[in-house]
Amino acid sequence: MKLIFEKSVPGRRCAILPACDVEKVELPAELKRDAAPLLPEMSETDVSRHYTELNQHVHGVNCGFYPLGSCTMKYNPRIDEEMAALPGFTGIHPLAPQAAVEGCEEVIATARKYLCEITGMADMTFQPAAGAHGEFTGVLLIKQYHDSRNDTKRTKIIVPDSAHGTNPATAAMCGYQVVNIPSAPDGCVDLEALKSVLGDDTAGLMLTNPNTVGIFDENILEITRLVHEAGGLCYYDGANLNAVMGVVRPGDMGFDCVHLNLHKTFATPHGGGGPGAGAVGCKSFLAPFLPHSALMEEPGHIQVRGFRGNFLVVVRALAYLLTLGREGVPEAAQNAVLNANYLMHRIKGTFAPAFDRICMHEFVLDLSEYKKATGVSALDVAKSLIDYGMHPPTMYFPLIVHEALMLEPTETESKETLDWAADVFRALYELGYKDPAFMHAAPHNAQIGRPDEVKAARTPIVRYTKA
Amino acid sequence: MGSYVPSTQEQRLEMLHAIGLKSFRDLYKDVPQSMYLDRPLDLPEGKSELEVSQAVQAMARKNKVYDTILRGAGAYDHYIPSIVKYIPAKEEFLTAYTPYQAEISQGVLQSIFEYQTEICELTGMDVSNASVYDGATAAAEACAMARDRKRRLTLISGAAHPDVINTIRTYAYGTNDEIKIIPVKDGKTDPDALKAMLTPEVSAVYVQQPNFFGLFEDAEAMAAPVHEAGALYILGCNPIALGIMKTPKDMGADIAVGEGQPLGLPIAFGGPYLGFMATTTKHMRKLPGRIVGETTDDAGNRAYVLSLQAREQHIRREKAGSNICSNEALCALTAGVYLAAMGPEGLKEVAESSMAKAHYLCRELTKLPGVKLRYDAPFFHEFLLDMPKADEILSALDKKNILGGLPFDGGILWCATEKVSKQTLDEVVAIVKGVLA
Amino acid sequence: MTINPDLKYSKSHEWVKMDGDVAVIGISDFAQDALGDLVFVNLPQVGDEVTAGEAFGDVESVKAVSDLMSPVSGTVCAINEELLDAPESLNNDPYGAWIIKVENITGTEELLDAAAYEAHCAAEA
Repeated sequence: MKLIFEKSVPGRRCAILPACDVEKVELPAELKRDAAPLLPEMSETDVSRHYTELNQHVHGVNCGFYPLGSCTMKYNPRIDEEMAALPGFTGIHPLAPQAAVEGCEEVIATARKYLCEITGMADMTFQPAAGAHGEFTGVLLIKQYHDSRNDTKRTKIIVPDSAHGTNPATAAMCGYQVVNIPSAPDGCVDLEALKSVLGDDTAGLMLTNPNTVGIFDENILEITRLVHEAGGLCYYDGANLNAVMGVVRPGDMGFDCVHLNLHKTFATPHGGGGPGAGAVGCKSFLAPFLPHSALMEEPGHIQVRGFRGNFLVVVRALAYLLTLGREGVPEAAQNAVLNANYLMHRIKGTFAPAFDRICMHEFVLDLSEYKKATGVSALDVAKSLIDYGMHPPTMYFPLIVHEALMLEPTETESKETLDWAADVFRALYELGYKDPAFMHAAPHNAQIGRPDEVKAARTPIVRYTKA
Repeated sequence: MGSYVPSTQEQRLEMLHAIGLKSFRDLYKDVPQSMYLDRPLDLPEGKSELEVSQAVQAMARKNKVYDTILRGAGAYDHYIPSIVKYIPAKEEFLTAYTPYQAEISQGVLQSIFEYQTEICELTGMDVSNASVYDGATAAAEACAMARDRKRRLTLISGAAHPDVINTIRTYAYGTNDEIKIIPVKDGKTDPDALKAMLTPEVSAVYVQQPNFFGLFEDAEAMAAPVHEAGALYILGCNPIALGIMKTPKDMGADIAVGEGQPLGLPIAFGGPYLGFMATTTKHMRKLPGRIVGETTDDAGNRAYVLSLQAREQHIRREKAGSNICSNEALCALTAGVYLAAMGPEGLKEVAESSMAKAHYLCRELTKLPGVKLRYDAPFFHEFLLDMPKADEILSALDKKNILGGLPFDGGILWCATEKVSKQTLDEVVAIVKGVLA
Repeated sequence: MTINPDLKYSKSHEWVKMDGDVAVIGISDFAQDALGDLVFVNLPQVGDEVTAGEAFGDVESVKAVSDLMSPVSGTVCAINEELLDAPESLNNDPYGAWIIKVENITGTEELLDAAAYEAHCAAEA
């Protein structure tokens, strides 16, 4: 595909604005640009066709099966988009007077009420813009809590070795030393390992439950009790809430604060990498430490971005919550778990589950034995799936399973889709024994073959330069 | 009740039985009974799509949609071309995840590569990331990337946006680092005060251009002392102004950041917005967030990939410079479409027209009795006026469906964009005149 | 895999060559092979203190980052800046592509000679 700059024709443009009807003002000479920026010069047809061409080389969850583990790629309802596009939301200035924004306040208050009920929390902020940003906010709540008590000896955050990379990175951004603890063989927290690191230097624990291999940690009450006994707080990473929403609440598991990925669990679109929304909920004793906008609300609080967050994402999530309601929320969770178990069951006998037991909303395949037998890696299988029009699962995560493929089908896939997907996995399993070379070279029908990532990293070309 | 679960009741039972279970409760056997939620959630009953549409529209109607907005302060009401709304709404762009699998994501990757190029062009820099959350987080991340083991102190202009200052402060609180505010003199960063504050501990200096009061800073003159002190110079710029204003690179910046909202994103009660970040090749490996790079595939064809990933949290974990993963990709796409629809000439017109209308409004308002421009210096499209009866003025405008400037520091901070016509500006002046009469 | 018989090795796969009072440090052929195609090297600055057994920098492949451990304690007196532009030298010529030089050496890790290092690699492989 040509780049947009390669399609640009000097002098061509769209007709968008009228001529300026007041006297022009000159910038002082020392403030003027030397040369115009190299931006595309195009007709509206050019612009439309260029982006349509790009769009044809994108696979979204609304286009086909997307079992990307830990990302909860569920169908994104169109009605939610329509609601977020209402001029009564898009045209509202964040600093408009209170009387002019009552509808926005109602959206936020309603979403807060519902999500607090689902998580078992007392209060919630929508300022964080993504999951990692929510983690940052949540751990800052913990930091402020200890600081408010002059409890300065707490310098460590405990993170299991199976955790997503954002957990340790977040703890470091909050000035904490990261203590990694090994997981038990089933991916759950090793209670002895936890006890051995707890102490009066423990600021908190970051945990997701169900954990990153898709198993609900049945010792969760004991875990949160131990951390509290040591004077630490418990942070719930909501990445996997889709398995349990409406069934069991992080607050009831003993967690003090949580972040939710509205762009996962609550069906707002991921947009090719954002915008998301990382709503952060907390128990009432942490509520005074929630972030506020200095300009829009009041100074004197922490603040993790401008204004009050990705508001239109909250509108979408609220539309979704209103649709599902009190029965639909647990129904979604139960069917997410059912679909994962059914797909795992259908794949069994070919690729081996890393943990052969009832899973939550996702499960991990361990291809290490298969690779020994065929030479075909998890990467080869993932790339081969592309030729079937399926987005590959998450690869090589969690780190505690070798040759891992992590599948999360979500509740919005039908039995027929799951049966088809299982058949595809079975076919690829067999193909690996017959024609491993074919799989090493996959994908065969995608727009490009495997890209040379070493070349990209050694000699970075990160922008177009006119020849 | 609404639901997006496609399997029928019969199919669900069939699947349950296939895995050897009798009920949904059996799926949750690991959940201790004591915490299992044995009651319905305290949420209303689910609704049909029609009911949801009515309920949410009822909320939207409780907001007031002004015909004219003369308030900025970090959220700017520019015209959004129609095509800019439709392209990012395409379901493929909209519902894709981060493009980790390059072979099935070339469209997203190329759109980011094009966005990176456009940000480099606007800022004069060598490398841009794929975006961060907003302008405030872009500034905070830039301050973080400038710190090293020895230099930890960040100096921030007091004329920067209050939310940006507070966000930088919060990020610095996280890493236990210090920030200091550079005093403001006559509405601008005081260069002499800055010089006195430049100690060997200073890692970076952040200045906003144009600043919160709309004024153009003497940004270029401050670069030399900052560099002589061994610190990095970070400029936070309005991307529309960059259509006509000297690039941050030419003003001596090492890192350019800003709020990308004016590039085709609605003001939307504060978000989603777009943080842009660009720097020189020298600092490329410290730039946080995703970066798309060009390479070739196994057949030698041009291809795009997420590159330089070893900087990021999923590889570097606690040693990563930032924890960011999801950013604002769809907003970056939107900005790309906006810049393509406007082109270099269109962007220049938006900048010139916004500036011209703001100056016209300023000129006309300051002709009225008791109205004074607080800082008489070159400004872009915002200006702070001291005026009597501020509440009454804003209220009178409100009645005519006009959102006046922002009450700030005893004055009113006004903003005009290309959207507002001379006729409307004349009406505004007449209304204000009426109140002051 | 080759092992240069003239060098000493750490158990974390760095090699050391004493050049008078200066220790020249790189990574072994075994290490570069295990790390795969290297794409970037994060180097310390001249004048930085390094400690035996602790990281002084790291090397990046496309999907991983690995610490470089210092076999000696002392002060960095030179860094191989050519690696910044050509990290592939570490893959192509591991015993030629030195990474840092350290002077004012105050301590050294327990180092292996070529034979002992070969046995160590065999045990790890």
